[in-house]
Amino acid sequence: MASKIGFYIYTGDGIGDALDVEGLIKAATTAGAAVCKAHADLYSPEGVAEVKQDIEANGLDAICLAGISPRYEYNTFNFPGVYVDKVGIRELVAWSHPATDDTAKEYSQELAEDYIKMYVTKLKKVNKPAASKFEGASTRLLVIGGGVTGMTAALEAAAAGADVTIVEREAQLGGYAAKIRKQIPVGPDYSNLINPVASDLIAKVTSNPKIQVKLGTEVARVANVPAQFRVSFKETGGKSEWDAPVPLTAEEKLDANGKELSAEDQKKVYLAKNEGRQDYMQVDANAEIFGAVVIASGFKPYIPAEGDYPHLLWGNPKVVTNHQFEEMAKAGKLTAKTVAFIQSPGGKTDDADFPYTSAVTSLVALKQAKYVREDHPDDGKAYVFYQHMRTPGQYEYFYKGLQDDPGIMLAKGAVTSVKENATGGLTVTVENTILGEDIAVDVDMVVLATGMIPTTKNEPIINMAYRQGPAFRDLDLFGGYCDSNFICFPYETRRTGIYAAGPVRRSMTIEESMEDAAGAALKALQAIQAAEEGHAVHPRTWDIDYPDFYFQRCTQCKRCTEECPFGALDDDEKGTPKPNPTRCRRCGTCMGACPERIIGFKDYNIDVVGSMIKSIDVPDDDEDKLRMVIFACENDAYPALDMAATKGHSWSALPRIIPVRCLGSVNVSWIKDAMSSGIDGVLLLGCRFGDDYQCHFVKGSELADRRMANVAETLKSLGMEPERVKLAQIAIDEYDKISGTINDFVEEIVGMGPNPFKGF
Amino acid sequence: MSQSILVIGGGFSGLTAAVEAAEMGYDVYLVEKESYLGGRVAQLNKYFPKLCPPTCGLEINFRRVKTNPRIVFYTQAEVKSVQGGAGNYNVQLEVNPRFTTPQCTNCKPAEDVATTTMPNEFNFGMDQRKGVYMPHPMSFPQQCVVDPSVISTDEGAKIQAALPAGHIDLTQKAETVNLNVGAIVVATGWKPYDATKMDRLCYGKYPNIVTNMMVERMASPSGPTEGKIVRPSDKAQPKTIGFVQCAGSRDKEHLPFCSYICCLATLKQICYVREQNPDAEIYVFYIDIRTPGMKYENFYSKVKADKKVHFIKGKVAEVKEGASGGVILVAEDTIGGGKVEQAVDLAVLATGMQPVGAFSPVPGIEYDANGFVVPKDGIVPCGCAKRPVDVVSSAQSATAAALKAVQTVRRAG
Repeated sequence: MASKIGFYIYTGDGIGDALDVEGLIKAATTAGAAVCKAHADLYSPEGVAEVKQDIEANGLDAICLAGISPRYEYNTFNFPGVYVDKVGIRELVAWSHPATDDTAKEYSQELAEDYIKMYVTKLKKVNKPAASKFEGASTRLLVIGGGVTGMTAALEAAAAGADVTIVEREAQLGGYAAKIRKQIPVGPDYSNLINPVASDLIAKVTSNPKIQVKLGTEVARVANVPAQFRVSFKETGGKSEWDAPVPLTAEEKLDANGKELSAEDQKKVYLAKNEGRQDYMQVDANAEIFGAVVIASGFKPYIPAEGDYPHLLWGNPKVVTNHQFEEMAKAGKLTAKTVAFIQSPGGKTDDADFPYTSAVTSLVALKQAKYVREDHPDDGKAYVFYQHMRTPGQYEYFYKGLQDDPGIMLAKGAVTSVKENATGGLTVTVENTILGEDIAVDVDMVVLATGMIPTTKNEPIINMAYRQGPAFRDLDLFGGYCDSNFICFPYETRRTGIYAAGPVRRSMTIEESMEDAAGAALKALQAIQAAEEGHAVHPRTWDIDYPDFYFQRCTQCKRCTEECPFGALDDDEKGTPKPNPTRCRRCGTCMGACPERIIGFKDYNIDVVGSMIKSIDVPDDDEDKLRMVIFACENDAYPALDMAATKGHSWSALPRIIPVRCLGSVNVSWIKDAMSSGIDGVLLLGCRFGDDYQCHFVKGSELADRRMANVAETLKSLGMEPERVKLAQIAIDEYDKISGTINDFVEEIVGMGPNPFKGF
Repeated sequence: MSQSILVIGGGFSGLTAAVEAAEMGYDVYLVEKESYLGGRVAQLNKYFPKLCPPTCGLEINFRRVKTNPRIVFYTQAEVKSVQGGAGNYNVQLEVNPRFTTPQCTNCKPAEDVATTTMPNEFNFGMDQRKGVYMPHPMSFPQQCVVDPSVISTDEGAKIQAALPAGHIDLTQKAETVNLNVGAIVVATGWKPYDATKMDRLCYGKYPNIVTNMMVERMASPSGPTEGKIVRPSDKAQPKTIGFVQCAGSRDKEHLPFCSYICCLATLKQICYVREQNPDAEIYVFYIDIRTPGMKYENFYSKVKADKKVHFIKGKVAEVKEGASGGVILVAEDTIGGGKVEQAVDLAVLATGMQPVGAFSPVPGIEYDANGFVVPKDGIVPCGCAKRPVDVVSSAQSATAAALKAVQTVRRAG
């Protein structure tokens, strides 16, 4: 708690013209600031020197700068031991609320004074966060999967100084890449196939003293936390008491009539389901310790089911998948001399490739066409029938190179049928070809360009002993790939310290997989370092704080453990949450979820924000001066406000804006605080949700929306309009819309009139 | 020997490489030639296939830069020379003057008094900017730039007078900075291929032919048309739009490689158009639709379901002047057969990406024939300086590059 507060008001950039500075100083002093000054050039060296002098002369332990947005002015004020805060009254008041007349000026003044009171109040409540460093972190990395991706990740991490263990299910290293004949070229002139890199990698891995290999082994469970994962291994395919238990699904929690089972009965069903497995919180004394994990478990070739693709004669021994064809090519000289490669199964109705394909399948077809020519240089003939030849980037050279081979025919067209012919071979009919005619070719064999199914589609692989279960979450959004939902941040798995690479993440070539492996290795090493330094990992990498829990008042409602997007919280027998600081991303979703209001950060908690709300001056006899609170996501909605202000957009002076880490951290008690203080409405501005969610804490705005639906019910029961609390989805670039969103909300509230509890 | 890492290029790849390496505990210098970080993606309206704003991820990365004392960045800076080898490079930078000081965090008053205008390069010259300006609303750092052309004019004096002392300094000169670093990540990115080089496509000849990057700026709320996709000639909303794929790419006369992103960029821009005009008829002339992988294939399926989007397999061979400002795209329909002549109100050239190395190489760095960086021990290319890629792959490759750089400096130390 700050005891001596300094408050500085910047009067440049039009702030001094728009506002009565003396009034602002008075507001800060009345609210409890020990020192309060205005400065026309606050951010100049002189301004900084003056603040420093005040700190020393008065023993200030917290200061606030009311002026430029904290997003723009970020590194000028930094004093050891002093808590520094900023409120952007330039953007939030002066620029967005021009003093066009006396009334406007009066409203802006009240707005600015409220911000000043709110921030003095905040400073009185905050504690300065201090990093809690993880002691005894393990710097050993676990790599799941001994294919090209896994081996590369291990070698790259070892080259950066880490010790690594590779765990591989099969009896040998190499994965899929060890089973192929040749590889697509990776450099100029892109014309010749190259020998698979797998054998070279195996030699490097087995001779590297920093890398250990466990063959014929699987992960039974990954328990505990980043920097000190406790991993139990088992023989491939075996059963272990340390297999990670699986929580009940929503359906399993219901009885035959669809009613939720009692907690006791749920426990019984859970124990039956996980019979023979140790509880997820049980510690395996024989587990090995790792700091972080790279999951490079790869893919399984997609084999169509029996009866699929009847028009392509799937099931006929002469119709094989590209994977089966690769096996034949690896085994020796191909017997088939004329081969048709089919990329798209949809005939004339659909130009999509087979499921789980990508550029890789186009490239593989071209590569395999070359095998036919290698084995039968004189009379071999390969046909590649495609709808879209996908050879992005420099792979275009490889494709172009093949076009010169008279024995390879590359043709766009819709393959409509494959039939047995009289000569014992197959006839492939292709319509809508590029030649403008339908063609039929006789071949010895047909190869279907089927895709690569990520191993995480059908099993957890990682087997986390976490409260939220052994598997990564919501992978259905990505077809089972262990992928990230974020374009900018491809290594987000929602499980701190565990990073996916290679075809388990996205269908990719060997070349891309090797690059991806290095990226994932870096993220894994970084997670260990973050734990050692005591700060969060992406996206709040600067954050050294961690939520505190006041367990004495916990009612074991389980909301925090269930809603944490990163599975950071486990629980004990009674259901009391067990925090795991190195898993946490500091979003505050747990704080927002907690009905007992017992979770909070040092400088961002129920009391801090609640007190800020309560410090807003609410006139109880002026129907024109209604008051609203806006909670704005600090990564998206708040920057949109800054930009709107810069662009000269204006919004109503009635609401007061409070930036929040994520709407997921907004606790319902803040809405209650607002309503009981006579505030007339509350608006939440957060990211888009749904399948293409933009929230970097995954579910923040969606959870807030659900919580607000409950709030609406409560308001209704009190005889208030449920529309007084509203959530709007706004993206960072919608600065042209944000003032309209605010004004529409304000208008709606004005239409409803004052909060009926105002003044009580 | 040095433990520091230099990242050349402050676009998405360079930013990623810089923050990832710094968060591994290494000192990073980030050098950007423009006056803002963010590079090419800062000009994009949305990303495919999510249609989310690039500024959202940039905001996170900017915050990582702001809060990490291990990162020192230079804007308006260029690498003049690179000498030495892995573990020990001496690098000389030239940092050009901005003519404002860090105390300027957006000088609105100066922009208000300035009167001379010049073409706004951020919006590909589709609008004008002042002699003192903020390149775009999300510019980081949020510090104005004074155009060198107004420095010694009356305009310069007027701008100076409008600002508090200490915010502006018209006497600034270019400075030389010498760095000693252990490894260099090259993330110099790409530039849209110059559309005027393709005579047959008549860019520059008819006003209503634009490039895909110009469409990005038009579709952006901060763009020259405040988000509206219009014809340059009359600012009217086009009723028919033709997308010309492989404008420069997959063409041995221009860019022999495939630029990877143009098919997806077109699908994305079809979504922009459809949102603004439910009735627009859209024609896409393509060789192959390259949407590799499940996310992109699903995106293509979604766009394909739109009955007013017509995909024509054929390369546009010629562009003719059409009626009322429109143009006629002439192509050989390789499936339907025969010559197609499609009149459209607006034609969009899906121009490819040319690596910056093709026209503005960094001295001391080796390039291949197309201008992509050749990796060497200690010199690590990533993103589009390495090969044509999308943003996801750029982020992957930049993260991998950060590790490669870390390995080099660790070995050196």
